[in-house]
Amino acid sequence: MGVPFAREYGGLLDTRSFGGAQVSRTFYARGQTGQQLLLGVYSALERQIADGTVTMYPRHEMLEVVKVDDVARGIITRDMLTGEIEAHAGDVVLLCTGGYSNVFYLSTNARGCNATAIWRAHKQGAALANPCYTQIHPTCIPQSGDYQSKLTLMSESLRNDGRVWVPSRTGDTRSPSQIPESERDYYLERKYPSFGNLAPRDIASRAAKEVCDEGRGVGPGGRGVFLDFSDAIGRLGEDTIRERYGNLFEMYERITGEDPYKEPMRIYPAPHYTMGGLWVDYNLQSTVTGLFVGGEANFSDHGANRLGASALMQGLADGYFVLPATVPDYLANARPTRVDMTHPAFQEAKQAVAERIQRLLSIKGERTVDSIYRELGTLMWNNAGMARSDASLREALARIPQLRDEFWHNVRVSGANEEINQSLERAGRVADFLELAELLCIDALDRTESCGAHFRVESQTEDGEALRDDDNFTYVAAWHYGGEGQRPVLRKEPLDFENVHLAVRSYK
Amino acid sequence: MRLTLKVWRQKNPSDAGRFETYEASDINEHMSFLEMLDVVNEDLIRKGQDPIVFDSDCREGICGTCGFVINGVAHGPNRATTVCQLHMRFFKDGDTVVLEPWRAAAFPVLKDLTVDRAALDRIVQAGGFISTNAGSAPEANSLPVPKDYADRAFDAATCIGCGACVAACPNASAMLFMSAKVAHLGLLPQGQPERWRRVRNMAARHDAEGFGHCSNHGECEAVCPKGIGLNFISLMNADLRTSVFRG
Repeated sequence: MGVPFAREYGGLLDTRSFGGAQVSRTFYARGQTGQQLLLGVYSALERQIADGTVTMYPRHEMLEVVKVDDVARGIITRDMLTGEIEAHAGDVVLLCTGGYSNVFYLSTNARGCNATAIWRAHKQGAALANPCYTQIHPTCIPQSGDYQSKLTLMSESLRNDGRVWVPSRTGDTRSPSQIPESERDYYLERKYPSFGNLAPRDIASRAAKEVCDEGRGVGPGGRGVFLDFSDAIGRLGEDTIRERYGNLFEMYERITGEDPYKEPMRIYPAPHYTMGGLWVDYNLQSTVTGLFVGGEANFSDHGANRLGASALMQGLADGYFVLPATVPDYLANARPTRVDMTHPAFQEAKQAVAERIQRLLSIKGERTVDSIYRELGTLMWNNAGMARSDASLREALARIPQLRDEFWHNVRVSGANEEINQSLERAGRVADFLELAELLCIDALDRTESCGAHFRVESQTEDGEALRDDDNFTYVAAWHYGGEGQRPVLRKEPLDFENVHLAVRSYK
Repeated sequence: MRLTLKVWRQKNPSDAGRFETYEASDINEHMSFLEMLDVVNEDLIRKGQDPIVFDSDCREGICGTCGFVINGVAHGPNRATTVCQLHMRFFKDGDTVVLEPWRAAAFPVLKDLTVDRAALDRIVQAGGFISTNAGSAPEANSLPVPKDYADRAFDAATCIGCGACVAACPNASAMLFMSAKVAHLGLLPQGQPERWRRVRNMAARHDAEGFGHCSNHGECEAVCPKGIGLNFISLMNADLRTSVFRG
């Protein structure tokens, strides 16, 4: 793809270590491997567009999946420039629409990320698996106020050379340089000596939450821990650190106004990735025939917790290797008949989408979309975030329907459909998040064990580590839409381990 | 702090457009510029007015979606920073801030501060790629790349395609954008087979889209949020000349 991966002086690929790994085995492109791969994919796609093999519809949003005879045969989109509702028919439908971390309002996902495509597919019959498996990334810049629109991820590579610590005693508000070594708690190195600062994401995140809950957090609001490079700078020199992380340090300084070469960074966990998603088989086909799902939008590959660099691996593997083999196989066997946009199913779906938009525009209530969205996000973060309990989830499940009700009766969406209307775009996505959030909590409540990134406070060992319950929960929870106001239906896909035996991981 | 905003409002591409004035109160210095606009928009929606339309996505300076002109400077006063990463601590209480979209014939205004940058995509379609299908490429270590080449290619590859270079250029030239793509691929071994064709085709597309020529003002380099330098334009021009002879 022409991606400039980091090279050693001899010209071979350079590697580095990552969270959850004890060896250097990950290829990288400075602190922006994902971004560079995205640009590589973008240029490969533009080449296909120029060749006429792909037609691009920029500024279009998918709002419905269309089924003909129970087989996915197309989608309905809205042109975000003109508001036109358009039908697109095809032989298969392939969704690669990303995850749903933005259900927490504040996350490291881009503002535009949303779950509408997978949620619409779910309501059309595609099972949604393990929605409670949401990954909270430990190295993000802490929130600075209520107006915050997103959280910025600092690349995990920083944990290679940065040491994580908080003051040993609570309420220590001295500046970090005034706190002597003996009064610092390098809690990851203390609790997990073999992995230290490279402990897996969920463990590092939860440990940060714990020390902040104890009142030892740093920075405004006390929700933050130090990520300190002074040892690495002393050992390797500022130039080496600048070469490795220069762009990240600049980014941090731009956002916080603090210089991480001089004082430690402050970091705090934030929602980053969702392992859950539409259920797929080995061919990446969902429970709706003809509907395939690739990348973060599906539930496969990462189990209950994802390790560093493997989302890129999945995106590239699904897109470049799996789907190009399985979709033609499906087409060869299914031999779909010709269907075009004049089919009544498309007309009905277009009608339903248009009515939904009109309904959003006609509420004309008092609250803005974002104020309701922010309330949902806060509720989800507090009650279904890094640690979940029976009580917190039940509370969330009581609040979400009320909030949804308020949305549909009291939201104010400005403008009209036939123009660029960002308020309307956002309203549609928030409406879907208000439904998906409930399923996430139902799943989290149902899975009473702690597993991977899903931590139930009732299920932990004496020293506070996640405790699985393999006897009762060794399955994928695939939820089927149960209809408006009905409880979703759970189908369990048992997990059989043939070669690797289930064991308790230890990073100590 | 309190700011007075003069914002370009334009309903659609055919509307003439005009500046309108808004007061932004209760602005906190830790907000990003776009978060400040979010606050203004929330207020406008509550008052029943149309919110200001602007593009943004990642809000961490890496996707290239956001961008408009603040007080005459593309992406605003802080060097090497996109508007989403520009924080309000760069402004003072009582400041008047003028916001307008990228201005270039090749970037029609869609609404308010949002422009259509598809012309940049079409330049990439003309050659900003390598024609090797993924899955068929050889093992990457079988083709050593000298570290200094890989590093220079990377410097060019950091371009996010935001279009600030075009907005800042008195000629509305996209040469910095194009040269970043040309240099990124031209410095790597996998970009060699198409090196001469690529630069010729991309330059032809660039001109056909209505972008102007480079006359070495250097405004593009000054506003580039990724700090991409004019030296890449020299490199591209050298390739363009060579391509005449190399066919």
